[in-house]
Amino acid sequence: MEALRQQFFNLAIMERALPLLLMGLRQTAILCLLLVPLGLSGGLLSALLSRSRARAMRWLALVAIDFFRAVPPLVLLIFIYSGLPFAGLRPSPLTAVAVAFFLNTSSYYGEIYRAGIESIPAGQWDAARSTGLSSAQAMIYVVMPQAVRNVLPDLVSNTVEVVKLTSIASVVALPELLYSADMARSVTFNSSPLVLAAAIYLLLLWPVVRLVSRLERRIAA
Amino acid sequence: MELHSAFLEAFFKWNLIERYFPAIMKGVGVTVEIAAAVVLTGICAGLALAVIRAFRARPINVVIVLFADALRALPPLVLVLLVYFGLPNLGINLPSFAVLWIVLSLVLAAFCEEIFWAGILSVPKGQWEAARSTGLTFLGTLSYVVLPQAVRLTVPPITNRTIAITKNTALGTVIGVGEILNQATTAQSFSGNATPLMMGAIAYVILFIPVVALGRFLETRFRWRRA
Amino acid sequence: MRLNEVVSAAPPILEIRGLRKSFHHVEVLRGIDLTVALQELVFIIGPSGSGKSTLLRCCNRLEEPTGGSIRIDGVDIMARATDINAMRRRIGMVFQSFNLYPHMTALGNVTLALAKVLRRPRKEAERVALAALDRVGLSEKARAYPAELSGGQQQRVAIARALALEPKLMLFDEPTSALDPELVGSVLNVMRELKRGGMTMLVVSHEMRFARDAADRVIFLDHGAIVEEGPPDQIFSQPEKTRTRAFIAELAR
Repeated sequence: MEALRQQFFNLAIMERALPLLLMGLRQTAILCLLLVPLGLSGGLLSALLSRSRARAMRWLALVAIDFFRAVPPLVLLIFIYSGLPFAGLRPSPLTAVAVAFFLNTSSYYGEIYRAGIESIPAGQWDAARSTGLSSAQAMIYVVMPQAVRNVLPDLVSNTVEVVKLTSIASVVALPELLYSADMARSVTFNSSPLVLAAAIYLLLLWPVVRLVSRLERRIAA
Repeated sequence: MELHSAFLEAFFKWNLIERYFPAIMKGVGVTVEIAAAVVLTGICAGLALAVIRAFRARPINVVIVLFADALRALPPLVLVLLVYFGLPNLGINLPSFAVLWIVLSLVLAAFCEEIFWAGILSVPKGQWEAARSTGLTFLGTLSYVVLPQAVRLTVPPITNRTIAITKNTALGTVIGVGEILNQATTAQSFSGNATPLMMGAIAYVILFIPVVALGRFLETRFRWRRA
Repeated sequence: MRLNEVVSAAPPILEIRGLRKSFHHVEVLRGIDLTVALQELVFIIGPSGSGKSTLLRCCNRLEEPTGGSIRIDGVDIMARATDINAMRRRIGMVFQSFNLYPHMTALGNVTLALAKVLRRPRKEAERVALAALDRVGLSEKARAYPAELSGGQQQRVAIARALALEPKLMLFDEPTSALDPELVGSVLNVMRELKRGGMTMLVVSHEMRFARDAADRVIFLDHGAIVEEGPPDQIFSQPEKTRTRAFIAELAR
């Protein structure tokens, strides 16, 4: 029991590591503020492209979406960070993370948007178009608002995934929260910094996870 | 063209493809094994937890909900590192692949429990009443009437979540599990060429695109299936 | 056919004494005394919110009474020692919304309890189930799924499902209220058949004509208490209490 406390809940070490972890948290926050809007926009684009009237465009979009959903984000990240230099491009860790995660999260957000749009009955389109609204206007004013409301739990849940995804950036030495915690661990030979980082993640994400459960239950009712 | 052949040289060097093909295939084997094990234990554990929750014993349910919330809120990599570095200091020495399997199974179980529970809740109360009123026990009702209906509703989210979690096998690289990414990056450092990396990426694509397509198929098939 | 002599000789199937039920401090049943004799068809009428459904659902403990006692065939169903699942086999219930299992055929719906509760072997269970389906006139629909059946057919399958267990008492909770008018007749005919066959039935419903023809006794429930009870002639044509008269007048409109 004492060994457990020493190894995982060493308050002295946690106190020393906290400043470093907070800096890592700041980097995580910056990453999220970057990735979430990028992903949401990219997702919207991918959803619209995957429903394009042009068969070739639609097919291309679906292939790309399935591709980026099939490749694990870590693999994509390593490929961009370690592989591209061989092609002459040397992205910084941040750039590599941004590009890899943009491609990945856009595909997931895109699928969510698409499911939402497709869940709106055709009658809504008909009604909107029959009052003279153009395709784009029907989409913006009638369909999207309803679609987004329907898939709100999924959008929020995916955003939680994006926050968790940032921890993978630690693999390319981007100094976000997990990287800082792991650094502290290797210096102190103690796992308490990792527990502290876990606690911080829980503090941030637990309320959101609860919120998603509640939203899902309300929709199902 | 100069650029064209430079690209091929950097990412598709044939002799390297030949040399590292076995290693990559070994990685594929490891990835598939761990993924399959995770899917099996994760889904079964999640279903078991949801069934336990159906008995509505308050203290147990609080523990289940806390467990599920925590595992859904924490990034898997954090858990992997915690378990990998922490356990030896407690005297427990597990091989890396076991650590990966345990962590990913627990995470999948947590997600599946929530999904199955939502499914059970969405079966109309009348179904419970009809079955109980013919003398069927609680467990009997759950097994023959409620779960069959609940599970049908849960197929799309379960497949999605399972695919996402199995892709996390790539995280095994960080703790030395010999899966695809690990084999690829090792070979890349040895050979000073990105070809193995490209091979690894392609291996993932070949492995997972059918899975994603299957997921898409299952989603459409089970989507508008109303009772 | 009135069975007064037979009725008074045999012990009552259902005996309710001082039944009370509250939902969160709202008292829905305020001390109900009710006896149903063998082969009787007792009809319960009353305005919505009067507690009719609750009364019915207390009889097989789908709702837990807050006070009073209920005895089925002499057995106190509230006693801790009573096996409620075994009890429920003796009581058949038919719901307003049918509640058929959508993932099973009509035959599957009827055999489930036979196979899993009574543990009959498959062949025998199917034989009994088909006989029950035949009694409600749906043996040729045995392999159909609920979604392929009309509302009236679904309700008749629900009746067969309860019948197959050979209950001593059958509870009907507004069995025809969710049906289109032209389908109501088929279900009521089955209920008449059951009555003719000697089944003891407790029915909550608005079908007055049916009550007139088939009921032995009608009970008027209002605000959780029995206002008046008696033979259909009395309740419908010459009610003693003003409240009863007012309710009947409303219905006749």
